[in-house]
Amino acid sequence: MSILVHEKTRILVQGITGDFGARHARLSIDYGTQVVAGVTPGKGGQTFEHNGVKVPIFNTVADAAKQTGATVSAIFVPPPFAADAILECVEADLDLAVAITEGIPVRDMVRAKRAMQGKRTRLIGPNCPGLVTPGRGDKSHGGCRIGIAPGYIHKRGKVGVVSRSGTLTYEAVWQLTCKGHGQSTCVGIGGDPVNGTSHLDVIKLFNDDPETEAIIMIGEIGGNAEVEAARWIKANCKKPVAGFIAGATAPAGRRMGHAGAVIGGAEDTAEAKIKIFRECGISVAETPSDMADALLRVWRG
Amino acid sequence: MNIHEYQAKQLFEKFGVAVPKGVAVSSVAEFDAAIAQLNTAGGIMVKSQIHAGGRGKGTFTNGFKGGVKFSPTKEKAIENAQAMLGNTLVTAQTGEAGRKVQTIYFTEAANLGKRPDGRDDEYYLAILLDRATSKPVIVASTEGGMEIEHVAHATPEKIFKVHVDPAVGLQAFQARQIAFSLGFTGELFKQCVTLVTKLYQFYWEKDCAMVEVNPLLVTAEGKLLALDAKVSFDDNALFRHPDVVALRDLNEEDAKEIEASKFGLSYIALDGNIACLVNGAGLAMSTMDIIQHFGGSPANFLDVGGGATKDQVTAAFKIILGDPNVKGIMVNIFGGIMDCNVIATGIVEAVKETGLKLPLVVRLEGNNVEAGKATLAASGLTIVSGDTMADAAQKIVKLVNNK
Repeated sequence: MSILVHEKTRILVQGITGDFGARHARLSIDYGTQVVAGVTPGKGGQTFEHNGVKVPIFNTVADAAKQTGATVSAIFVPPPFAADAILECVEADLDLAVAITEGIPVRDMVRAKRAMQGKRTRLIGPNCPGLVTPGRGDKSHGGCRIGIAPGYIHKRGKVGVVSRSGTLTYEAVWQLTCKGHGQSTCVGIGGDPVNGTSHLDVIKLFNDDPETEAIIMIGEIGGNAEVEAARWIKANCKKPVAGFIAGATAPAGRRMGHAGAVIGGAEDTAEAKIKIFRECGISVAETPSDMADALLRVWRG
Repeated sequence: MNIHEYQAKQLFEKFGVAVPKGVAVSSVAEFDAAIAQLNTAGGIMVKSQIHAGGRGKGTFTNGFKGGVKFSPTKEKAIENAQAMLGNTLVTAQTGEAGRKVQTIYFTEAANLGKRPDGRDDEYYLAILLDRATSKPVIVASTEGGMEIEHVAHATPEKIFKVHVDPAVGLQAFQARQIAFSLGFTGELFKQCVTLVTKLYQFYWEKDCAMVEVNPLLVTAEGKLLALDAKVSFDDNALFRHPDVVALRDLNEEDAKEIEASKFGLSYIALDGNIACLVNGAGLAMSTMDIIQHFGGSPANFLDVGGGATKDQVTAAFKIILGDPNVKGIMVNIFGGIMDCNVIATGIVEAVKETGLKLPLVVRLEGNNVEAGKATLAASGLTIVSGDTMADAAQKIVKLVNNK
């Protein structure tokens, strides 16, 4: 198995007719992902075509889900409308909404997250690269790619990867793949201060997933999400975990692209988080080049 | 986005939050007329307007001490304002370079109320996002006028927090909780409930990232006033607040950061001598980290985003080279979907266009990487190739440190 999504998961793309959404819908189709519907209000009835694959476009998420059996949405709509797009997925009772959009107002996310309480739809992101469950074909073809990650760097296997950052996730995945170790699922949870799924949420899913044997957790300065996850790992996690924290050199109080990376409380710094990682039995990567090796120091593969 | 104290207080007034009366001016010629609008019987506060804290304890580069001064008379106020305006104020938060004061804010000096133990009757109030709960939180304390981090550390029992449910907004009982927690009764209790309610309304309606009032003051006449105001806004929400965007003061922002933003680059200057150019914020941060890990010192954070076109790379090089401390450059690109050869071509053209003479180490990884490396090698330029992040960082540190 994998977590959250698998090879047969049927996905819809909100914003499939925009440049960004269209480009990544094509790449997902090329990867072999089941892109079964698009949603653009006002363009219902049209068709999105790529390499012989015809994807029907619907006016609403509810219609798209009902007509095609899609259970997961990839959201590429512009920031002012993105929270609305997320809530439309909740209303349609989807399993998962993956918000790629960067730059959603915090107030919109605060309200959306509150409105999602008690609902069954899980949110990943926003401001995230999405998630990939690699396929078993050449260069992991046939997997489920939702978002903007490069598919070919993956390889199907036993390592779960969770991270806030996109390119840093790719770095870890590529290191693993180059050393012959594949991944069960790679999840980018996003760098925004209000997001749907935390490091800990994903770690719990990996812990329960029989296919996942080991975990890489990549974090940043700011917030206490990595610390919360580390303490849970110490008490509950049955699987070896390696960790990396970016931002040791970031100056206090400056925002470095991710809103998450602002220094605040005592356990916010890279130094404090790394110390807690070690106390919790997590194998710490000294540098970003060392992420796969850090895992292989505690897991034979 | 940050704004000045006087701008924050003008917004407070619009929302019905009580502040001392004040006038902001930016030239000496306006001093007289500004002060004439105030009741100066209790003296005048002269306040330097810069986007940094610690103004009161700051020192000007001309030797004048204090960016915030009580002035008993109009003459003294003008004398103090003249010493501040146009001069550079260095505070604990500005860094050594300090900030040039371009606006002076004159306010009526409040008649400070006293507590039984003789201390000024000052409180602390702030509203911001609590990341752990994804809800706005109102933070209040009886210990105003000092650094709240210190209070939180030394006497956490003196910090009160109320989380607001975004589904229903701030409730009246919650505003009362704050007023009770600060020990107010009678008329002051009512004033506090009103002030907290209005301040929250401002925070929510204007998409603030943070609103901080320190100190919140009780005057000898029994009036609750916001004596200082720090306000920042959520950059992502500025599109729906043109009135807030109009308050932006470019003088307070780094010229190179503004230039970078025009090209979709995210740039932050640091103190080191190895510049870096990276795609993705997380990778950019960790590139700085790995340079330091191998004994170097990063000169900047620079995220070129997902595109990294030739124009962007050229603009990035120009911005990097504008920093005289830079002695070498490390480029680190994980071209997941981008074609590494396109990036390599962009780098070669940018090097030629800018006439780069400094050591340059390039680490490319990802899509079509072999062609990209070949392009760099065939360029005739002295570009050193790094295979991994660690390899590239070690190479650039060695090149820079051996010079």
